[in-house]
Amino acid sequence: MESEARTLPSAGRLSGAARLSRGPLFGRAHGRFGPGSGGPLPPCSQENADPQKTAFLLRKQWALYSVTPLYKFSSGKLREYARLLGAFIAAERHKGLAVQVGVDLDIQVTFSSLPDLKGSEQDHAAMLVQLSSRSSVSPKNSEEKLMWSGWFCCVSGDDLSENVPEDFTCLPLFLANGAESYVAIVGSWFQKTFDCRFRRLAISPLNLTWMAAMWTGCKVEKNASATELVFSVPCLPQPLDISYAIHPEDAKALWDTVQKTPGEITQEEVDLFMDCLYSHFHRHFKIHLSATKLVKVSTAIASAHCDGIIKFLQSKYLIGVLMLLTELAISQIQ
Amino acid sequence: MQRRQSSKNSKQPLQVRHSNQTDLSAWRKGGRTDPEKSLQNRQSRNSQVNESKQDSLEQAVSYFEKVQDRVSLKKNEVLQKHLATVESIALQKGLPPEAFDVLLNVALSGKLADAVNTRLLKSLIPASVIPETSVVSSVSWLCVSKCSGSIQLLFVRWLITVFDFIDHKEQLHALYGFFFSFLQDEKMCPYVCHLLYLLTRKESVKPFRIRRLLDLQAKMGMQPHLQALLSLYKLFCPELVSITLPGKMKTYFKNSEGPWKAAINTIRRRNQENSPVSQPLFLGTAQHQSRKRKWNTQLVIPASSANTNSLAGDKEKNHVDLYSTSESFPVEQLQTFSQLLQNIHHLEFPSQMGSVLTNPLLLHYMNCIKDESIYLRLYYWMGQTLQEECSWCVVDSNQYEEEFKDFLETIYKTECFLQEGFSSCEEFLYKSLPLWDGFCCRSQILRLVTWIPLSSFSEMKSHLYDPLAQLFFTSSLYFKCSVLESLKELLQNWLNWHVIQLDSESDSQGYSLNTTLSGLVNVVAELIHFVGWISTVALRLESNATFLLYFILDFYETVCDIYLRYNLPLLIMPPAGVFYPALLSMDSVSLNQLCYIMYRYRTNLVAAKENELIKKKILQFQFSSQTYQEYNQYIIAMVGCLWTSSAFQKDIHPQGVRLDDEVLKKTRVQEFKTSFNIVYHPAMMGYALLFLQQAWPDDNTFNFSLIKGRKWNWYLQYLYAQGLKGLKLFIESSINRVSRASQSKEGNVQV
Repeated sequence: MESEARTLPSAGRLSGAARLSRGPLFGRAHGRFGPGSGGPLPPCSQENADPQKTAFLLRKQWALYSVTPLYKFSSGKLREYARLLGAFIAAERHKGLAVQVGVDLDIQVTFSSLPDLKGSEQDHAAMLVQLSSRSSVSPKNSEEKLMWSGWFCCVSGDDLSENVPEDFTCLPLFLANGAESYVAIVGSWFQKTFDCRFRRLAISPLNLTWMAAMWTGCKVEKNASATELVFSVPCLPQPLDISYAIHPEDAKALWDTVQKTPGEITQEEVDLFMDCLYSHFHRHFKIHLSATKLVKVSTAIASAHCDGIIKFLQSKYLIGVLMLLTELAISQIQ
Repeated sequence: MQRRQSSKNSKQPLQVRHSNQTDLSAWRKGGRTDPEKSLQNRQSRNSQVNESKQDSLEQAVSYFEKVQDRVSLKKNEVLQKHLATVESIALQKGLPPEAFDVLLNVALSGKLADAVNTRLLKSLIPASVIPETSVVSSVSWLCVSKCSGSIQLLFVRWLITVFDFIDHKEQLHALYGFFFSFLQDEKMCPYVCHLLYLLTRKESVKPFRIRRLLDLQAKMGMQPHLQALLSLYKLFCPELVSITLPGKMKTYFKNSEGPWKAAINTIRRRNQENSPVSQPLFLGTAQHQSRKRKWNTQLVIPASSANTNSLAGDKEKNHVDLYSTSESFPVEQLQTFSQLLQNIHHLEFPSQMGSVLTNPLLLHYMNCIKDESIYLRLYYWMGQTLQEECSWCVVDSNQYEEEFKDFLETIYKTECFLQEGFSSCEEFLYKSLPLWDGFCCRSQILRLVTWIPLSSFSEMKSHLYDPLAQLFFTSSLYFKCSVLESLKELLQNWLNWHVIQLDSESDSQGYSLNTTLSGLVNVVAELIHFVGWISTVALRLESNATFLLYFILDFYETVCDIYLRYNLPLLIMPPAGVFYPALLSMDSVSLNQLCYIMYRYRTNLVAAKENELIKKKILQFQFSSQTYQEYNQYIIAMVGCLWTSSAFQKDIHPQGVRLDDEVLKKTRVQEFKTSFNIVYHPAMMGYALLFLQQAWPDDNTFNFSLIKGRKWNWYLQYLYAQGLKGLKLFIESSINRVSRASQSKEGNVQV
């Protein structure tokens, strides 16, 4: 295979770093990535997004959730929602103690809109929920400490938003950073208030290979961090992870030989790309990676774990990654 | 005497309302001279004892009415006597409505000693209802604080216990603020909370009251009674207050039933009538979590609770009030069907649609409201829950299989109630059937299959038939029968749906969506062909098991009647692989069933032919001549077997039993011709034997050939009397007996 000769993996090391991950068994019923179907490359530019406004989203681990459309949500009432959620959190924390809505509480809730995070005109503006604690010593003027944040977004989610009536707001992707107990409280409140349902969004190995290929193909500056793929070996008494790191330029060179039409990716191309990496690995270590499970992909663009955790690294590609995740979330809902 | 007057006024309607209660109507208060009231006494069983008791109660009440000053109990025998009378009658029969005014007055006015007051209050057991006015007037005594704290407390406890016996509560609601002020009394507080809990309506919840309760909470800490009241406030006004109840709490109020409850129950039982039953208090806020699981992966059908999302602002905007007074009716209060009817114009759906699954009243409501968003909310919730919980699709969820079963069961029941399948459930089945082991939650899954809506065949084949067939062929006999049963119900549900569509066709669109009549016919036909195919294979696999055959023929009992019963121009004959095993079955039940089915096919085909002749309109859906031909082939074989003993010669079906004489001779079976007629047929021989025994009790030779001529007719009558109704219908309709007198066994077939 021609492309195989040109790859030069910079490192291939075995590590016993244990991380057991459960695989989601629900395959996507109607794969948009079915053989032959062309998936558009994420738009690499972000004309309308101000990098500074979204900078705080980078370099954090976000747990992914899918959310069904919110019923009777109104973006004009964010302040009201913040008051209600604040009281709800306080009541949940002090179980059994009633809390008046609107009074100063030790946890401050803010709702804000992130209008930049959009893919199409139909997309609803993303919404950020932040919980911050106030120091109890001097309630006034003291800086608030951010404890938890979560945001809802929809980037090019026309598939979903075109098909629901007016009463519903489509923000199918939810990302949370912070203690899971707060996800539980905030999520419960949203579920009760807007009759929606949250579900963890796992990323299947197939989709991870897509991410690996797509992100490998993106242009990044020099000295970018290595492209790393982590595989987990199934059916062993002790969990075993294999980490496969490739120099980003080598990976890109390989991808460029595989991809035929710029701007379009097919399942065959992704498979071929991975097969090349696998056979290279096999030549060196005599291990068939195709028999293992891909659990994590990290590139200079972003890193994604099959458990449904993502880290954005480049604000330039933020929208593109979100678009893919939105699509995954929608396919989990529908 | 103002108060007295009002109680008299309220008495009249009360007595009329409860005139069926002998105890009550027998009671007269100074009414001996009142001619009107004597009417109401007509039905009382006036035994001497009763009469004297009533008299003494009246005397006692009038004594208490007039008593002026503090009278010592010990010294006053009259007081002792009257008090004892009230107590004993109260315990035996309860007190009539009219007595409460007087007795409450005297007990709370402080005229008598506390010991007397206590005894009086304790004996306030209602026979039927308590007039609201008497309660209101006694509350006014609390204001002037003539009575001691312990009497006040006892009164409030009494009020809580008998709350449901108070005939009206409007004026009592007006006193809400008054009761509220009693919260500051530490001893009274728990009971007052309970009383307020019973009285609270949405309009009672005010910010200043919330603040007051929160102050109390700050002072006294977490108190269950405060929690209960506050969570009720939250239920009504989530925009003002928030509270989460700890899961383990069971009781929120101290027992205030005191001495009354038992007596009330005894009297109610004695009167044997349906007096108002106190409704159990329940707070939907606390979910009982039996065990720890990850957030949101627990299967909890949400409790019905009012939509917290409708904040004051948009209510005014969106609310087009047809009834100026109408506030939306909170779902928590919806308990009875009559409430539903009364409030149907301003009922709101719960904040989480999933809760309708366990609320039949809301399902009724859902049935009348055609709103897309209702179904969409349910669709998303149910779809996600099913996928999240599916026992065989999600790792680690095996242990929750029981829970999942219950959930599927609930969905199925709801579908039956709505007579409609949920699309989320359909999608779930399509996604999960290929992964199903055919064992986990079997009966639930197979029941849900019965509500799969009609859709195009290509979808059904790959999503339903293929995975089902795989499981079907590799599973037990019992599983096969269950699948057939499900598919029969699926077919029936589709056909019923079609009938309803026909009915509403005149209304407007009829087949509105993507279903045309011919599309429907095709899809139904595919289902029937599918069942025919798996039935044929299954009969071979299971060596023509009678049990299996029963389920297969049961399916065809629906199929053979589609044209007449469901008005759908479709008739499909069973495949030979089903027909012949049934015809040659060892069991009379199967044979009888087959006879009935063939009779219904005949009736349907004849009706179709007649309709074709009359109106040429629906020629589009004419049955093909092939259907008639198939029917005729079967009927020839059947009559040949059962009647004319000519099956081996006359059967013309390619898969039939036609055999050359030479081959038959080689079997060395004598009288092979008759071996499948109604006497010799293995399924019938038992009957023939019994018939012989009855007809010729002395003959032990079992000479079956005796059954002929007139005996043949007797034998038929005997068979019919044994319950072989299908056989009767078949013979009477499909066999043309040329001359009954000559007993010519010549059959004739015609369609």
